[in-house]
Amino acid sequence: MQLGKIAGLELCDQPLRNIFGDALLDLARKNPKVVVLDGDLGNSTKAEYVRNEFPERFFNIGIAESNLVGVGAGLAGAGFYPFIVSFSSFLLCNAYDQIRLAVAMSEINATIIGSHGGITLGKDGPTQMGIEDLALMGGLPTFTIIVPSDPATMHAAVKAAPDIKGPVFIRSSRVPMPYIYPMEETPFEVGRANIVREGEDLTIIGCGMMVSAGLDAAAILSKKGIEARVIDLHTIRPLDVEAIALAARETGAIVCAEEHLLQGGMGSNVARIVTEQYPVPMRFVGLKDTYVESGDPWDLLKKYNLTADDIVAAGESVVKVKKET
Amino acid sequence: MEKPRILSKKELRDKARELRLEILEMTTRAGSGHPSSSWSAVEIVTALYFGGVLRYRPEEPWWEDRDRFIMSKGHAAPLLYAALAHAGYFDKKELLRLRDVDSPVQGHPIQGMMPGVEATTGSLGQGLSLGIGHVLGGRLSEKKYRVYVLLGDGECEAGQIWEAAMAAAHFKAGNLVAILDYNKFQETGPISREIGLEPLVDKWKSFGWTVHEVNGHDLEEILGKFQLVKQLEATEKPQIIIAHTIKGKGVSFVEADFTFHGRALNEEQAKLAREEINAAR
Repeated sequence: MQLGKIAGLELCDQPLRNIFGDALLDLARKNPKVVVLDGDLGNSTKAEYVRNEFPERFFNIGIAESNLVGVGAGLAGAGFYPFIVSFSSFLLCNAYDQIRLAVAMSEINATIIGSHGGITLGKDGPTQMGIEDLALMGGLPTFTIIVPSDPATMHAAVKAAPDIKGPVFIRSSRVPMPYIYPMEETPFEVGRANIVREGEDLTIIGCGMMVSAGLDAAAILSKKGIEARVIDLHTIRPLDVEAIALAARETGAIVCAEEHLLQGGMGSNVARIVTEQYPVPMRFVGLKDTYVESGDPWDLLKKYNLTADDIVAAGESVVKVKKET
Repeated sequence: MEKPRILSKKELRDKARELRLEILEMTTRAGSGHPSSSWSAVEIVTALYFGGVLRYRPEEPWWEDRDRFIMSKGHAAPLLYAALAHAGYFDKKELLRLRDVDSPVQGHPIQGMMPGVEATTGSLGQGLSLGIGHVLGGRLSEKKYRVYVLLGDGECEAGQIWEAAMAAAHFKAGNLVAILDYNKFQETGPISREIGLEPLVDKWKSFGWTVHEVNGHDLEEILGKFQLVKQLEATEKPQIIIAHTIKGKGVSFVEADFTFHGRALNEEQAKLAREEINAAR
């Protein structure tokens, strides 16, 4: 199984985290105010690319996430733009209160990178997986929340972050993702969802790797005579209310797909908009109230029902309901 | 310009008394707050803002070269606000809006909500880490400012304080100065009874800090230590001044009763307290 293959997408030869490292280094070259704070995982998150070229702007604070966030926030107070980078599981769960006070409530300009999001870090197992990051970040008003879906949007998101007022969260990932967009002139505007495929029978709304899975699913559905619109909801906050409402109105059925717990993730946010704006039948593909286990990423996606086939099944189910009502 | 007028010894004692009274009026009017935790650090903060220790510009609160003061024990917010108002950051009238709806004078400090409020604190244990960030930033931008962080004793039970203590020594933060308001009480009782901190001097030393001890209510002694701290900056070791203080200092019946933590004085108590503070000339 290869993500995006059915949809005819080309898989990037590097994991998304490497793309993040490239993007961060690019930004650090252009913006001397960018500083990087590492929780001793720079070689895994690829934040170390900056360390190699700008050691004076790279601080390994060690395995001490509370202090990591505080030092980063202090650097913002001193006029710098901090990227605070670690695995989302350790960073958000250890330092949630520090992020709440020193970053969110203080409304500082800073970016938190939650690396190794979702379950596709695979073999290291559930202790390292960030399956609750969007729910946790959702509990912190003032944060812009971005989930890049491919190399181009990762680049665009990192580049855009310092111009966003207030704090930003960007999810990074250990696995390679297919190219959905061109690397040059990538269509990316914070808070504005991208329609990556047109269709009238239903809309698949995804973020991160589930956008590619959604495109695969749309290709499969098409052969069955069902045409799906696919939306890349790369910004979870602020939500593109208009795009979601329009999808509900124009296609009459929605499937949400995310590599995250269903509780408090992208889909629950979309559902809130749909029920307010234009209620239509919905289905949700995501983790169902469970921790995951060690394993090959693709085996895990299959076992925990996060594949294109699962989106297809949800799509068929929701279209059936739509026709009955 | 960057050095506000330094007060004489008598003026400093008067200023401390004024701040003590402001804290009383603010918290009694609000009907809540932490007067006793504020009173224990009055002389420390008076020395910092009015004894020529901090370099600041009230008319330009975010002046890039300012010395930083971070109130890590955020429940002493009334003291911070009183000092800032008396230093000229904002009108003293604002003090009487403490804890009101639509007021920027929040129950605990929120960064930037009032000019001069450097950090959001109140969930304890966080201020020292912020101080390190300011040190590293100042180093990168080749600024000469110093960073002062006022710690509560209870918050030294938090792991983050010791994460920061370790990191400050690692980063050779010679211009980082912590002041510990060691009033020996936390919310529920005497620290030694609840969850003891001793041997505190040894702990900070073993983390690579230079440790000073001082009577936290003796303005001259405090100012002397701040002078010494400046002289030792070149050692590149972070420094802490452990200030032995009395919780509720200045009001005898509050000093004698630790349950005043997080409790404002009622009007009747406030009348007695006002008389006592004023009598201490």
